[in-house]
Amino acid sequence: MTKTNISAILKKYAMAIVLVLVIILFYILTNKAILLPQNVNNLLSQNAYVFVLATGMLLCILTGGNIDLAVGSVVCFVGAVGGVVLDKDINFIVAFLLMMVIGLAIGMWQGFWIAFVNVPPFIATLAGMYAFRGLSNVVLGGQALNLSKMDGFLKTFGGGADCYIPGSTISFGDTELNVVCLLAGIAGIVIYLFMTISGRINTKKRGYETPPLVGDVVKMVIISAVVFYLTYKLAAYQGIPTSLIWVLLVVIAFGYVTQKTTIGRDLYAVGGNKKAAQLSGVNVKKVYFFAYSFMGLLSGLAGTLTIARAASAQPTYGQGYEMDAIGACFIGGASAYGGIGTVPGVIIGALLMGVINQGMSICGVDANLQKAVKGLVLLGAVIFDVVSKKEKK
Amino acid sequence: MAKVILEMRNITKTFPGVKALDNVNFQVEEGEIHALVGENGAGKSTLMNVLSGIYPYGTYEGDIIYNGEVCKFNKIKDSEEKGIVIIHQELALIPYMSIGENMFLGNERGKAAAIDWNETYGEADKFLKMVGLSDSSRTLVKELGTGKQQLVEIAKALAKHAKLLILDEPTSSLNEKDSRALLDLLLRFKKENGLTSIIISHKLNEVSYVADKITVVRDGATIETLDKATEEISEDRIIKGMVGREITDRFPKRHDVEIGDTMLEVKNWSVYHPLYPEKKVVDNVSFNVRKGEVVGIYGLMGAGRTELAMSIFGKSYGTGITGTMMLNGREVSLKNAKEAIKNKIAYVTEDRKGNGLVLNNPIKINTTLANLDAVSANSIIDKDKEYQVAVEYKDKLRTKTPTVEQNVGNLSGGNQQKVLLAKWMFAEPDVLLLDEPTRGIDVGAKYEIYCIINDLVKAGKSVVMISSELPETIGMSDRIYVMNEGKFVGELKQDEASQESIMACIMRSGRGE
Repeated sequence: MTKTNISAILKKYAMAIVLVLVIILFYILTNKAILLPQNVNNLLSQNAYVFVLATGMLLCILTGGNIDLAVGSVVCFVGAVGGVVLDKDINFIVAFLLMMVIGLAIGMWQGFWIAFVNVPPFIATLAGMYAFRGLSNVVLGGQALNLSKMDGFLKTFGGGADCYIPGSTISFGDTELNVVCLLAGIAGIVIYLFMTISGRINTKKRGYETPPLVGDVVKMVIISAVVFYLTYKLAAYQGIPTSLIWVLLVVIAFGYVTQKTTIGRDLYAVGGNKKAAQLSGVNVKKVYFFAYSFMGLLSGLAGTLTIARAASAQPTYGQGYEMDAIGACFIGGASAYGGIGTVPGVIIGALLMGVINQGMSICGVDANLQKAVKGLVLLGAVIFDVVSKKEKK
Repeated sequence: MAKVILEMRNITKTFPGVKALDNVNFQVEEGEIHALVGENGAGKSTLMNVLSGIYPYGTYEGDIIYNGEVCKFNKIKDSEEKGIVIIHQELALIPYMSIGENMFLGNERGKAAAIDWNETYGEADKFLKMVGLSDSSRTLVKELGTGKQQLVEIAKALAKHAKLLILDEPTSSLNEKDSRALLDLLLRFKKENGLTSIIISHKLNEVSYVADKITVVRDGATIETLDKATEEISEDRIIKGMVGREITDRFPKRHDVEIGDTMLEVKNWSVYHPLYPEKKVVDNVSFNVRKGEVVGIYGLMGAGRTELAMSIFGKSYGTGITGTMMLNGREVSLKNAKEAIKNKIAYVTEDRKGNGLVLNNPIKINTTLANLDAVSANSIIDKDKEYQVAVEYKDKLRTKTPTVEQNVGNLSGGNQQKVLLAKWMFAEPDVLLLDEPTRGIDVGAKYEIYCIINDLVKAGKSVVMISSELPETIGMSDRIYVMNEGKFVGELKQDEASQESIMACIMRSGRGE
């Protein structure tokens, strides 16, 4: 392997490497506390909304660095409506579907103005940011709404005391491990390995060139190891948090859409060069509409997860969520000009922010200082991106 | 013998992995116009960037001797203070500022805390007069055409007391009339003020018109300097130096291509400007192209050629489009680019970076962009097939790249053009509208593009080639339409086409005959 090859790989996975380094740093600073099963579990469920929103935000950013400022307010509004509906003792699945429909409708509303009337995304969503914050207050009458009795709802969407997939435990040394979690993790690894290998075989069978085996093997080993490690940690606490299931669904679905489908390709093409995409027959308006509609849908899901985790709906929820999502995207390697960025990258960005947050909390760093550090990390990530691109020229 | 104003001695400049300049020696005498020619990537611009301090002293080896002293420029300002001013290929004017503001940008009149606007505009007007521009210096730059903008650039350089003016492809975005005016201006300054200029250009006819000496750069080295005073310089002579071999025929011959039935026919086509709907950009144009035929559309920039092609291509330009369009004898109406592609029309843009390619994406993704359905099933992309297709076209068009995973932005102009052609060939069109297919690419790559065009018509495709280069239009076309100010003003068969007959069509229409 040549020198340039290695530096290219390092650059490609820079944020993943930074993430590992940061974890090691906090591992030392917090005296191993950051990797305690409970903390790992918390990290994932606490940041579930960030993963979901960042995935949606990536769609918007891909279309040309366009962001959605309204997501925090939409999360709150959807949560507010959902809370009121749940409070009326309506079946929680109906309530959930309603929240998703409202999210999608809001996304389509904003997408319509952006795509078909050419309202700049910044302004259309700024309007949404004000409007839905206000409407949340109206819906809730300015009051907080307690949802702690909605047992089924909380369990399904990752709130309350036992929002985990239940399962009996087995002893392993002096730790109790959740069997369902272990089996699910192992099944996940097996499916992943099977798909990668069968994909390779298939490629070869059809007479196409396959990428170098070494790279694939290394990737398979690392991913399997990480998944197994996480599974072990989760199993050692309470098992799989239900919110994680939703996050995984979103990540897999949108990872697939962005990488493997024509609409995904269109997102990248429009962000990379709008005019070229247009002249290649891509319906640019449809692409914008798609991105913002699904951002809305995912805001709906994030709203659901938010009120479930807090076991209440309040008119102040979701403040600053848009910035968490945008930050995760840019830290995760999305380009501020559009056309560059991946779902796994964004998830790593979100994880990095989450780990820094949690690490500092465990260390007892003041919350305001934490914000300052987050800001600097975002700046640092973008500087890295800009500088490493400059070197290429 | 005149005094040597500039000598660049043993200049070597390396970029990571590439030796861009290898021991270059270059001399310019006072009061001459010295042309630098060479293929793309030969190192002309790098050499000029070294001279103007864009690559600061220390990042290259060798000496720059200007006016008898060794210069160590650290930034552009340093070289400008000595009177070396460079005008870059891309116009560097800010559209929403006035001419005067642009001219003194970074060089403001008055004090830093209080700009003296009277002096600014007064001075600006003085220099504008020198370059023969009658517009007020308070005019916003966006109101000016590219020809006038280029004149503003020169006025700006004069305002910096330029003694040695470097022009990097000054006429690449100008039409022939404006180009000629610009070159004449340089000749006038040479005669009246003794201004020394270095001009980088791909347009060999201009070079032989304006230059006293021509230095040929090839592969990062100066090959030879031709002196007009001592020898006759023909275009073929220059090309020989540039490519290192004599190109016996700049346009490959087409053999056994059968011209068949009419493929595309456009009748009474009119298009209005999208922003100023009262302005007619294409005026009642009718033309046709047959199977296996290359039809040239020649016109100066701004004649409405691109607008015509794009309006045909699914109304991608303009408003209020009227007229009929027949494809293979069947009348069609195409609402957007997608429908045009479906009806087997391709438009290969003149602006490959702006409108053609997604530069930060790899070759393979660009290759399939216009026909993604061919490599996908139920909207799911078959990435193996996509890769295969990209490799196939890379080999077919001989695109120079290590892999098809390479980002298009990293390729040279000629190779980018090949990727763009590959993309549209993969869309399997019957009619290709090629808009300036060889703009800004070097002689060798041009020849390859011509060969590709010949292969296309041999395969029964119809090609409409828009060009503002007369030799290319004449050399490649079976039939030529001449366009001027939105109208077709002449149609010439291959055997009646010559530079004179084509220009005559334009002149006649200009006089309103």
